[in-house]
Amino acid sequence: MTSTEMTSNEPILTLLLAGPAVADEAPALADGAAEALGAAARLGTPVAVVVGAADALPQLAEAAASLGAARVLTAAVDPAQLGAPVADALAAAVAQEAPAAVLVSHSIEGSDAAGRLAARLRAPLAVDAVAVERDDEGIVAKHSVYGGGFEVTSAATYGPLIVTLRLGAIDHRAEAAAPQVSALEVGASGRPAAAVEGFESVVQASERPDLRSAKKIVSGGRGLGSKEQFALVEQLADTLGAAIGASRAAVDAGYVDQSLQVGQTGTSVSPDLYIAVGISGAIQHRAGMQTAKTIIAIDKDANAPIFEIADLGVVGDLFTIVPQLVQALEARK
Amino acid sequence: MKIVVLVKPVPDTYGDRVLNLETGLADRAASETVLDEITERALEAVIRHAEESAKSGAGDVEVIAMTMAPAESQSTLRKALAMGAASAVHVADERLAGADLVRTAEVLAAALRRAGADLIVAGNGSTDGSGGVMPSMLAELLELPAATRLETLEITADAVRGTRETDGGTMTVTAALPAVVSVTERMPDPRFPALKGIMGAKKKPLEVLTLDDLGAELEALGVELDETASARSIMVAATQRPAREAGEIITDDGTAGERIAAFLADRRLA
Ligand SMILES: Cc1cc2nc3c(=O)[nH]c(=O)nc-3n(C[C@H](O)[C@H](O)[C@H](O)COP(=O)(O)OP(=O)(O)OC[C@H]3O[C@@H](n4cnc5c(N)ncnc54)[C@H](O)[C@@H]3O)c2cc1C
Ligand SMILES: Nc1ncnc2c1ncn2[C@@H]1O[C@H](COP(=O)(O)O)[C@@H](O)[C@H]1O
Repeated sequence: MTSTEMTSNEPILTLLLAGPAVADEAPALADGAAEALGAAARLGTPVAVVVGAADALPQLAEAAASLGAARVLTAAVDPAQLGAPVADALAAAVAQEAPAAVLVSHSIEGSDAAGRLAARLRAPLAVDAVAVERDDEGIVAKHSVYGGGFEVTSAATYGPLIVTLRLGAIDHRAEAAAPQVSALEVGASGRPAAAVEGFESVVQASERPDLRSAKKIVSGGRGLGSKEQFALVEQLADTLGAAIGASRAAVDAGYVDQSLQVGQTGTSVSPDLYIAVGISGAIQHRAGMQTAKTIIAIDKDANAPIFEIADLGVVGDLFTIVPQLVQALEARK
Repeated sequence: MKIVVLVKPVPDTYGDRVLNLETGLADRAASETVLDEITERALEAVIRHAEESAKSGAGDVEVIAMTMAPAESQSTLRKALAMGAASAVHVADERLAGADLVRTAEVLAAALRRAGADLIVAGNGSTDGSGGVMPSMLAELLELPAATRLETLEITADAVRGTRETDGGTMTVTAALPAVVSVTERMPDPRFPALKGIMGAKKKPLEVLTLDDLGAELEALGVELDETASARSIMVAATQRPAREAGEIITDDGTAGERIAAFLADRRLA
C-alpha cells in the first residue's frame, strides 16, 4: 500500500445540519451536505456528524448515508439555542474520531459552528474554501480571494484543519453507503447561547435552482426599474432553467430579496453561464461573479464596466432585447 | 452601558486590491485603507442608539471602536472617533503580521476582556474575505452568547434582540447581555463626520496596545504566544488569476435577442 492510500483511510468529519423545518415535510439535511461528503470522500473516510432535533435524527442519518457517509454520528440539539450546542457536538466528535480534517458548509449556521469549534480547540481554520485537496504535506484548502482575483492555498501547520466550504463549489459526489449510525455522547459545555424566539421559513415558491449552486444564473439590476418589471428576469431565468440573482441596487430598491444579492457582500457564484441584465458591473458586483465561465451582459450604456468582462456584451434596451431573447429561446426548444 | 464596535480597516474595494504572492499578505501600499463598510454601518447603528439613549434619559451608552490592525491603519480609527465613538482601542504589534483567524480571535478577545464590554458589535463579514467567523470565535473564547447576522438591532438594558436571515428563513433571536452580535449591511448608512466631529476626534482617547499590554488577559485565555507551540493555518501558495478579457460587444440593431439565443445555442448553454 502506498502512503497516500494509507492516509486516505483517515476519518474526515463533515458537519451536517438539519435544514429548516417545513410543515408537513419530512426532515431534510441543510444545503451543502452532498458537497461536504463529496469533498470528504476524496480526502479519506467520510464520517458525518448529523445534528438536529431529536425526532428528526433517524431520517437525517439515513439521508447522510445515502449521500456517502461511511459512518454517521448523531447528536440531538435544541433548535431554539444558537451556536454553542452544535459546537459541543462537533467537539465531541473530534475527540472521538481524531479526524484529519473537519468539513463544514460555509452557510450561516455552518460557519458559526466552525468558528466556535476552531476557537474552542484552537485549531487552524480555513474559511470559504472552493476546493480541498490532499498534497504531499497533507490536506490543503483553496480559496478564491479579492473577488476571484487571486487563488490562495492554505494548510495547517499540524493537527486537523477545519474547513468551511463555499456552497456550490464542490462538484464531486460520494457514493451512497449503507447506514451505520451511532449516537454521539456529547458533554454539554454549558456555554451560553442566544435563543430563537421565532422562525418564519421562506417557502420555496418556485422550482428554480438555488442561486449558490446553479449552473446558470440570470441577474437583474437597477436597470429593470421596478419590482413588476423584474419579472422579465424571472421569465428569462425560467426559459433557461436558471437561478435568479440581483445587484445590490436591485435589492435595495426592493425588487427582490437580499438572499439573491450577488457580489462582495452577497453571494459569490461561479456558474457556467451568467447573464447580467441592467447591471452596470460595479467592482463589488463583479467580485461575486467574474469567475463565471461565460458572461453575457445587456446594458444600454456602452461604457458600463460589465462589458469589460463579458464574453458577449449587448448594448441596447433590455425591455426590447429580453422579450425577444425569451421568444427566440422558446422557438428553438 | 459599554458597547465595543469591532471595526476593521480593509483595502478599498474601489481600488486595485493586490496580494503579495510571496507572503500571501495584503499589499497595503497598493490600495487605500478604509473602514470596512459594514463595520462603519455597525458603528452608525450603535452611535444612534447611544444618542437616543442620552436623549430619552435611558442611560449613558459609551461607544468604543476597536481594531487589531497594522500601525499605519490608525487613520481609520480617527474616522470612527469623528463619527462619534467616545474612544478607540488599536491593537498593533508587528508580531501579529499574518496572524491567522485563531490568533486574531485570541488577541481581540484579550483586548475585549480588558475593555469589559456589555455588548460587542461586529460586522457579519468583511470585504477582504475573511468569511465572517470572527464574531462566533470571539463569543466562544469569551464564553458569551452570539447572535450573528442581525438585520435589525434592538438594544435594551439587559438584552439584545434582532432578526436574522438564515439558511431558509427569517429568525428572531435574543441574547442576554453581555453578548456578541454581528450585523449586516442592512444597518443604516454611515454618517459623514462633520468638521466639528473631526476636530473633536483629535482630543478623544485612542489607546494603542501591544501584545505585552495584553499579557494578563492573554494568559487568562490560555493563549500560547510561542507560534511553534500552537497549530496555525498558513498560506502555502498564492497565484493571481489572469484578468478576464472582454469578448464580443455588439450594439442592438433589432436582432440582439436572436443573436444572444444563437450564441447560447452555439455554446450549448440553452
Ligand atoms: C462595500 C460595498 C459592497 C458592495 N457590495 C455589493 C454587492 O455585493 N453586490 C452588488 O451588486 N453591489 C454591491 N455594492 C454596490 C455597487 O457598488 C453598485 O452600487 C451596485 O452593484 C449597482 O447596481 P446596478 O448595477 O444594478 O445599478 P447601476 O449601477 O445603477 O446600473 C444600472 C444599469 O442599468 C442600465 N440600464 C438602465 N435602464 C436600462 C435599460 N432600459 N436597458 C438596458 N440597460 C439599462 C444602466 O445603463 C446601468 O448601467 C457594494 C458597494 C460597496 C461600497
Ligand atoms: N482585525 C480585526 N479587528 C477588528 N475587528 C475585526 C477584525 N477582524 C474581524 N473583525 C470583526 O469581525 C467581523 C467579521 O470579520 P471577518 O471574520 O474578517 O469577515 C468584522 O466585520 C469586524 O467587525
